[in-house]
Amino acid sequence: MTDSSDHRLPERERPWVMRTYAGHSDARRSNELYRRNLAKGQTGLSIAFDLPTQTGYDPDHELARGEVGKVGVSVAHRGDMETLVEQIPLDQMNTSMTINATAAWLLSLYIVAAEEQGVAPALLSGTTQNDILKEYLSRGTYAFPPGPSLRLIADMIAYTVVEVPKWNPINICSYHLQEAGATPVQEIAYSMSNAIAVLDAVRERLGDRAADLMGDVFGRISFFVNAGVRFVEEHAKLRAMSAIWEQIGRDRYGVSDAKQLRFRYGVQVNSLGLTEAQPENNVYRITLEALAVTLGRNARARALQLPAWNEALGLPRPWDQQWSLRLQQILAFETDLLEYPDIFEGSVVMDGLVAELKAGAEAEMARVAELGGAVEAVDYMKAALVESHRARWRRIESGELTVVGMNRYESTEPSPLTAGNDGGIMTVDPAVEAERRAALDEWKAGRDAAAVTRALDALAAAANDPNANIMDASIAAARAGVTTGEWSETLRDVFGEYRAPTGVGEAVAVPGEDLSALREEVERVSEQLGRRIKFLVGKPGLDGHSNGAEQIAVRARDVGMDVVYEGIRLTPAQIAASAVQEGVHVIGLSILSGSHAELIPSVLDALAQAGAGDVPVVCGGIIPEADAAALRAAGVAAVYTPKDWDLNQMMRDLIGLVAERHASPV
Amino acid sequence: MSGPGPAAALARRLLDGDLTAAPAVLNLLETTTPAARAAAAELLGALSPTRLGREAPGQVIGVTGPPGVGKSTLLSELAAGYRARGQSVAILAVDPSSKRSGGSLLGDRARIRHDPADRQVFIRSTAAGERLGGLAPATRAAASVLAVAFDVVVIETVGVGQSETEVAEVADTVAVVVQPGSGDVLQFLKAGIMETPDVLVVTKADLGRVAQRAMADLHAALRSVGATGTQVIAVSSIPPATGIDKLIGALDAHRDSLDLAARRLRARRAHALADFIEEHGAAGLRALGGRRAAEAQLADADAGRDVASLTAELERAAAGARARRP
Repeated sequence: MTDSSDHRLPERERPWVMRTYAGHSDARRSNELYRRNLAKGQTGLSIAFDLPTQTGYDPDHELARGEVGKVGVSVAHRGDMETLVEQIPLDQMNTSMTINATAAWLLSLYIVAAEEQGVAPALLSGTTQNDILKEYLSRGTYAFPPGPSLRLIADMIAYTVVEVPKWNPINICSYHLQEAGATPVQEIAYSMSNAIAVLDAVRERLGDRAADLMGDVFGRISFFVNAGVRFVEEHAKLRAMSAIWEQIGRDRYGVSDAKQLRFRYGVQVNSLGLTEAQPENNVYRITLEALAVTLGRNARARALQLPAWNEALGLPRPWDQQWSLRLQQILAFETDLLEYPDIFEGSVVMDGLVAELKAGAEAEMARVAELGGAVEAVDYMKAALVESHRARWRRIESGELTVVGMNRYESTEPSPLTAGNDGGIMTVDPAVEAERRAALDEWKAGRDAAAVTRALDALAAAANDPNANIMDASIAAARAGVTTGEWSETLRDVFGEYRAPTGVGEAVAVPGEDLSALREEVERVSEQLGRRIKFLVGKPGLDGHSNGAEQIAVRARDVGMDVVYEGIRLTPAQIAASAVQEGVHVIGLSILSGSHAELIPSVLDALAQAGAGDVPVVCGGIIPEADAAALRAAGVAAVYTPKDWDLNQMMRDLIGLVAERHASPV
Repeated sequence: MSGPGPAAALARRLLDGDLTAAPAVLNLLETTTPAARAAAAELLGALSPTRLGREAPGQVIGVTGPPGVGKSTLLSELAAGYRARGQSVAILAVDPSSKRSGGSLLGDRARIRHDPADRQVFIRSTAAGERLGGLAPATRAAASVLAVAFDVVVIETVGVGQSETEVAEVADTVAVVVQPGSGDVLQFLKAGIMETPDVLVVTKADLGRVAQRAMADLHAALRSVGATGTQVIAVSSIPPATGIDKLIGALDAHRDSLDLAARRLRARRAHALADFIEEHGAAGLRALGGRRAAEAQLADADAGRDVASLTAELERAAAGARARRP
């Protein structure tokens, strides 16, 4: 750079990788979508898998019911993966896969699909999300207990750093922490603590080779970050993360190479703050959030994917995603953003914010370290997140925090954007599930059964041998035609299953809340019943987004109800058994994966069969109005969507419902 | 939801071994309307040792310990262990509740892994209510009644130093669960704050040396208070779970060594007195001439009587004493 142009770059910088988080139904339909998106100027792929694939179940498993192909593409074996990337040259593609518990498996399928294209593993570039701790804390698509899960991650890193050197084997996610309510300080502290837990595990796994490889390993760890609408502070957060990351690399792992020390991150901006009310306003929010991660060159995202304006309404359509991609392109190619060096260099405000966040995060990291590190501190962090989320919600309810169109400036003209026949969202063809089951049977019939058995035996042996790397056996299993469900079941048998903490038990009541009127109402109705109102909060299906259910459970507790909350991933039979055995007066079901139309009627059936058909059921989630009407017709007492943000009103409704339905206790 | 049903019908169902009666039994026992309380008293009466002609056959086990030691995981394994032997299990999980609002979050059943289709396993979570670390008011009654139909009734409580005292008043056998490195329990034991449990369970036995040292420390602490009869069992719930069969063996051995009738009788009398005090407080106790007089009166009552009738007798005596006042 010459002296005369300190404030300009010698040439316009190359933009970040532009992606759209996409995938639905089956591999064939998703492949068509990817190729259309790439033709529109998208420069990388971001694969959304459906929940059965993410949690390790085949399309024909009981828990997969209603979830197949819903929030992403269903990939059950190597044939699906090959179809998914057909005509997309994998040596030229940068592919991000949102996959965690089953990451080792999906990477194996990807490696085998590349083999089929004649592409060697060393040429593959991309990212597997592979961050299990945040699954326990927020997202819920875990499969195995913490110990074995960390081992799988360490295996993948030890494998890719040598065999797939351009691959980012893990994306440490602060994204989902913010979605779960994390403050910027918590987001930094918990994600960094999480990275330390992973790196420590890898160092141990590498043993003698650690001295040679730790620098490479550190350089391959990337982050997946969130950005909310407070975009100035959010930018400062990324600068603070950069600084802390470099410090960790130097001090804890002895890394000195500047390139390896660089904080590399991809972004999906905030979904938590997107509103169902006046959804067009979300476009502005997304724009401002995109600025948070691109404005300052010293902490600019490597890859960006933006949500669509209608995410609080349902699944976005290809057009909605195109609109978000165009925003990235305008930012990168029309504006002058990429012509300058870091624009915050020397800014008093930015430096002050960074110092503040860094100090706060370091204190919180010390706390997690005191508890024995991120794995041991999962309960603590989960409870802290539930607490923060609740504080945020209270500020929205009190009006202290303004959300335009939701708790302020609510009057609106009818939106033409949602006026179409589809209600402005995409719906997955319900026939997909049956198609996928049939396709699975066909795949299984066409395999060499003996080879499959041998591959699964070898996989079990590798899982049982702490010195083996799971990747070799997984890649061999992928080649043999093993399915996602078979791979996972084999590992579940060896590692056991796990339920993450719900975080709600530890949540204390926020002082100063005026809930006394509601409490009195609960007391009054409870006295009439002769028994305290008992409320079951259930999450049927595989959807792990439990933040909303948790907030409702805590609020119901705070107004005086006995609340049975069992966490995520319940079958209709489990919910019905709990309702009967616990003797609850009312049931609330939460589903955000779009599978409400299948799952809620199944729960109603299960309740009727268990003799509890008279217990009123309400449900909440991202539920389009047409579906809501169908659910009410099927017997659901009330349907709540993100626009029903007033939890106290919801509590009033519940109390009223109990009073009405149990008017004369028999 | 079916509320309190006719007590006689529920008693009949339990006597017939109909485990699906359990939810309705709990609903009834938890309901505080006068009609429900009368029906609950009738139910207890119908299932009293006098009417049964013996003590209820089910084994009542208390499992208690500090939060986070792995009680729920242990209960999953324990329930699976009993089920593998063909025995039915009822678990009464008592959660600490939020005192401020009176509400509670009952999350325990989520952590107790079981097959929801298995009718031989019943799990009910209850808030401890006002009584910190102790039992929910209905839990004592529920345990005694469910023991008529279930092979095993487990009462799970949280805490250490207090909760096992109350559980000991209702369970045949009390198991205190600790994890390696929990110094509190050692201190409590040595200082006599904590009553000596019938069985001590050390979880996370997979921790190897740490767990072995914990076992040695516990043995030493037990010796120092002269409790040599308490078995210490190490369990691990990391698959494959270990120690569960040994634990079941220790629980069985304790029960076999027990004068069950005497322990249950003591439990019923303590329960009746606790219920009376809960209802009538210190003034009620004074009317009876104090705690010792009340205990003496209970000691005179027929051994096979149920708790509700014992409580009613104390109430009559207190009313009589008040009436005789000048």
